[in-house]
This record gives sequence, structure tokens and C-alpha cells, in this order.
Amino acid sequence: MPELQFREAIRAAMVEEMERDEDIFLMGEEVAEYNGAYKVSQGMLDQFGSERVIDTPISELGFAGLGIGAAMNGLRPIIEFMTWNFSFVAFDQVVNNAPNIRYMSGGQFKIPIVFRGPNGAAGQLAATHNNSVESLYSNFPGLKVVCPSNPDDAKGLLKTSIRDDDPVLFLESELMYGMKGEVSDADDYTLPIGTARIAREGDDVTIVAHSKSYWRAMEAAEELAKEGYDAEVIDPRTIKPLDIETIVQSVQKTNRCVVVDESNPFASFASEIAFQIQDQAFDWLDAPLVRVTAPDTPAPYAGNLMDEYMPSAKEVIQAAKRVMYVD
Amino acid sequence: MAKKKTNASKPTVSPEHARHLLHQMLRIRRMEERAAELYTAEKIRGFLHLYIGEEAVAVGVMEAAAEQDAIVATYREHGHALVRGMPARAIMAEMFGKQEGCCRGRGGSMHLFDRTLRIYGGNAIVGGGLPLAVGLGLADALQGRDGVTICFFGEGAVAEGEFHESMNLAELWQLPVLFVCENNLYAMGTALDRSESQTDLTEKAESYKIPSKAVDGMDVLAVEAAARRAMDEVRSGQGPYFLECRTYRFRAHSMFDPELYREKSEVDAWKQRDPIATFFDRMKDHDLLSDADRKALEAEVNEEIDDAVAFAEAGTLEPVDALTRFVYSDAPSGAASNGQPAASPAS
Repeated sequence: MPELQFREAIRAAMVEEMERDEDIFLMGEEVAEYNGAYKVSQGMLDQFGSERVIDTPISELGFAGLGIGAAMNGLRPIIEFMTWNFSFVAFDQVVNNAPNIRYMSGGQFKIPIVFRGPNGAAGQLAATHNNSVESLYSNFPGLKVVCPSNPDDAKGLLKTSIRDDDPVLFLESELMYGMKGEVSDADDYTLPIGTARIAREGDDVTIVAHSKSYWRAMEAAEELAKEGYDAEVIDPRTIKPLDIETIVQSVQKTNRCVVVDESNPFASFASEIAFQIQDQAFDWLDAPLVRVTAPDTPAPYAGNLMDEYMPSAKEVIQAAKRVMYVD
Repeated sequence: MAKKKTNASKPTVSPEHARHLLHQMLRIRRMEERAAELYTAEKIRGFLHLYIGEEAVAVGVMEAAAEQDAIVATYREHGHALVRGMPARAIMAEMFGKQEGCCRGRGGSMHLFDRTLRIYGGNAIVGGGLPLAVGLGLADALQGRDGVTICFFGEGAVAEGEFHESMNLAELWQLPVLFVCENNLYAMGTALDRSESQTDLTEKAESYKIPSKAVDGMDVLAVEAAARRAMDEVRSGQGPYFLECRTYRFRAHSMFDPELYREKSEVDAWKQRDPIATFFDRMKDHDLLSDADRKALEAEVNEEIDDAVAFAEAGTLEPVDALTRFVYSDAPSGAASNGQPAASPAS
């Protein structure tokens, strides 16, 4: 299998799908002439032309809505937000029209649209540029939320997202765009939405983590292994629909669970996992679930404060030991 | 402000067409009057926004719409849906919350959709439909179809960013959209000159280089003529067009509005310009319509709306286990998508 950067895997997914289906187009700020703010769409204008790779003004509310209208009228748009922070300017369209029109019309309209772009912390950018949106958007029925942690998942899941007939929010990461990994070049490689991946098997504690947090969890698991503790790491890959069965089965085996999520903690994805586990696996739990998240604080600028803000492998190790009642 | 209509010039309209226009306006008027009664009787719930007084706008513009054109409207859209071709039965049943309604009781008064008629909603967020309309136009343009999207919105929407972004994108990309601003002078209770620094709305369109025209929205013939010219321009590939229809809502904003923001004398003055009465009088003056025609039309309309109400009354409620249907295209009915049983939200 070839080794691709995360951004190249996303591009490969879009290119393959656009070659397969003429109804798909990419629209967003700097996606065409500039070749993508993060070079995800590099070369796509040359390949597909300006009718299918469309530069927009800085007009998120407008072009998000245009995408939804186009999706109602036979096309399959991919809308790139330069970052998900900017999706807040488009909030009305993303949360009022995209998820509701199918329902409000009694199923008359499908909305096959992908909104994609980088999510979460991206270095010392301070509070307006470090938002993690997965908890927020997964609260809206009608939206699907996908959060891959590696290039192979990114490619397989994005291809599936583009083929999905519902609005899918595909969350990437600035800090991971350069990450390399083996990516399947199998013909028509797709991965199902709503299927978690057991990334590391273990019996002592379940660690659930997606996107960047997944890598903190894997670092922690390796360190824990050196101390003789065998962690099972589960990457949910999609936040909604959520593969809770895989997580519950793991907790029934390990009887302990830590969730790592760089979102702010209140009413978060980590909280939802905690609820669902106590709902479905209460009798198997030997300890209360522990969350490792950003604090309930806006993201800071200063490097030392940002280091403290982000979930670390060290915190994951501490959390795992807490639920295992060691130290 | 409210001028007495001069009936001097003979309109260039056939008796058949005059009859048709009167019929369409009467259909809206009667449906809305019945809706108000049914709201008081608590058969229709939620919010209810009536189009009474503004009928000439939807009727006149819709005369210029062809089958391949798309419609986007606001939460005051019963009339648009009706004259576009949605059966009064489907509208009334929707407002009753019955599964025979156009959206199976999931949309209600403010969200009427019909895919086959290319009615893309009722949109209950002010300005929310404008980007959708431009996107519908984008898809038609990219796919080489000659449809035009007609986007209705109130003058209150021009204060929204969605208006400005949509105007810019539509003109920038020369998309086939007819923007129809239904200027009824009040955004809920706020008069135009209390909310806009520039009250000439055509100037806003011109600032985006979009050709524009303001027309008397109480005169169905004027609206129709202006809409036909506008649609010809848009259809010929010259990009979007902005048509401002100056009109007036005779009833309250919604059913919970004591109307303290406008003088009764102002309302009365506008009622002198009732689009139905003035049109009929003018047609009668020129022997294009008679009292007997009007009577016959009113009887026909009463029968249609009575039938719609009876249909809605007799309609059935969707079983509650269908509550979660239509959330996702791939989710089975009765199951939430996250694997949890649908009926345990309170747990």
C-alpha cells in the first residue's frame, strides 16, 4: 500500500469520487486557484476545471447554503470550511437547513452534502481558532459527524461520506495534514460510517479516543504496557452515528473506561460516552468513567498555557491508573 | 401614501386571464380566512402567518413561472404553494398536522415542500431561504437546465447577512435567480425606516449590479408584467434580477400580534387598495368581469376550501412510532441512528 499524507488521502478520496460521479463538486475559500489553504485540494482545479472546483468569497453562510440548495437540486457538493471555526458564521445553514429539510419535508428531499475541513486545536491560535465542533454538531439530529485519525480511515470514510445521501460533517486536523500512513489503493476502497476500530487490544482498561486524541491514547497505552497494564484503545472514527456496541463490548471485558477528547468537557462527546456506558454497561463497571478533555476554558495563546490546555498522554496514563485503582 | 386607483386605461388582458387571476387571488384569500378561523378553533397550531392583502404578489409572479422553475418562499407561504399548484387539501392537512399533509405533518404552516412542484420550502428563518435559492440556481446552471429559481422574501430579510451574501454570489456567478422582495413595510413590528439606513431596496440590488425594479404589489397585472419581463431577462442568461413588490399585510404579523406599531388609519388606507377588490372593480369597469363571474368564482373557491378543510379534518395522524422517520435516509423507521432505542429520550 502506498504511504500518503493525511491531506493526500483526503484529496485522493475527493478525486476518485469526482472522477466517478460528475455531480460532485468542491466549493470553498481558496480551494481552486490557491490550491487549498492547507493544500488539500492541490491540483484539483487543473484536473476538474472551475465549474467543479469553485473558489468562493469569504462568505461561509452564503456558500454553505448554496451547497444545500445544490444538494436539493441533484448535485453532491463538498463544501470546504477553511477551518470549522468559520462554520459558526454559517451556523443557520449547517444546523437549520442541512439536517432538517429532509425531516420537515416528510422525506421528500435528500441532502447529499459533505462539509469538511480542519477541526480542533491547531497550535497557538487562541480561542477563536481552536474550537472542536464534534460535540456541538452531533447534538443536531440529521447530521452525521465523522472524525478520522489516520490517512487510511480518512480516505475510506470520506469516500463513503461523499456517497451518503445525508449531510456529513467531516472533521480533519491542521496538525495531522502532514501525517503519513499507508492508505489502501484498492479499487473503490470505502469504510462504513458508524463503525469503530479496535486499534489496540487489551484487557485492563478501555480508552476511547478519536482524531488527534487517538494518538495521545496510543502513546499512553504504550507507556502503560511498559508498566504491565494492557489498555484496549478504540477509535470510534465516527461520532454520529456512534458505534456504541463496540465500546460497550470492550468495557464489558475491561470493566474500566477512559475517554480522551480535546473538546471542552461540558455536554461533550466524552460526556455522551459516559452516559451511554452507564446506561448499557453499568453492572460491568468497576470504576466511574474518567474523561480527559480540555478544561472548561477558552483556548489560550501562550505556549505553556496551551500545553496545559490540551489533553496529554500523561493525563491519559493518570486517568487509566485512576480507573484501575493503581498509584 | 394610499392613492385611489385610477381605472382610466383599459388593461390588455383577456377576460379568461382576468378571471384566472381573480380566481387565484380569491383562492388564497379564502384559504387564509379559513386558516385564521381554524387557528382560533385550535385545529391549526404553532405559528400562523397570513398572506391576506399580499395576494397579488404571489399570483402575479407565479404567472411568470414555468414548470421547470423552482420556488423558495418564507413562513408566509401558503398562498405561494397554492398558486404554484399544491392542492389546498395538502396544505390544509399539513396545517392540521395530518399525515395526508404535503410533509406528513412534519413541517406545518411555515414549512410547505413539494418536490414534484419544485417548491423548496417555506423557510421560517428570515433570510434562510436565499442561499438555498442561489444554490438551486447554481445546480440548474451547472447542469445546463434552463430553470429559474424564484425566491420570495420579506423586506425584513434585507437586514440579514444571508441576503447580502446571496445577492453577491448570485450576481458574481450570474446565476438564474429572481429575487422577489415582498415589501410590506413592517418586519414583524419594525417599520422599514426604523431598520434600514437605505430604504430604497432596489438601491441595495443595484449596489450588487443586479438589475432591479420596484412595482405596485397591490396590482396583480403590474406584478405579472414586471415578473414576466424579469423572468425573460433571467432566463436569457443575464444573471439574477431583483423585483421589489410594494405591498401591505392586512392582518397581524402572526396570530399573536396586537399591532401596536401601526395606525389603524394606515391599515384602512391600504385596505382601500385591496388587490382583489381593486382588480375586480377595474375589470368590471372595462367589462372584462361581471358580478356574476365573481359570484361564481367565490362559490367555486368556497367549495374548494370547504373540501380541503373536510379533507384535513378526516385526515389521519401519523402513528407516533414514526416520529424518528425521515431523520436519516438509511435509518430504519422507529430507530434512532445511534443504536439507542428511539423511545428512551427521558432515561
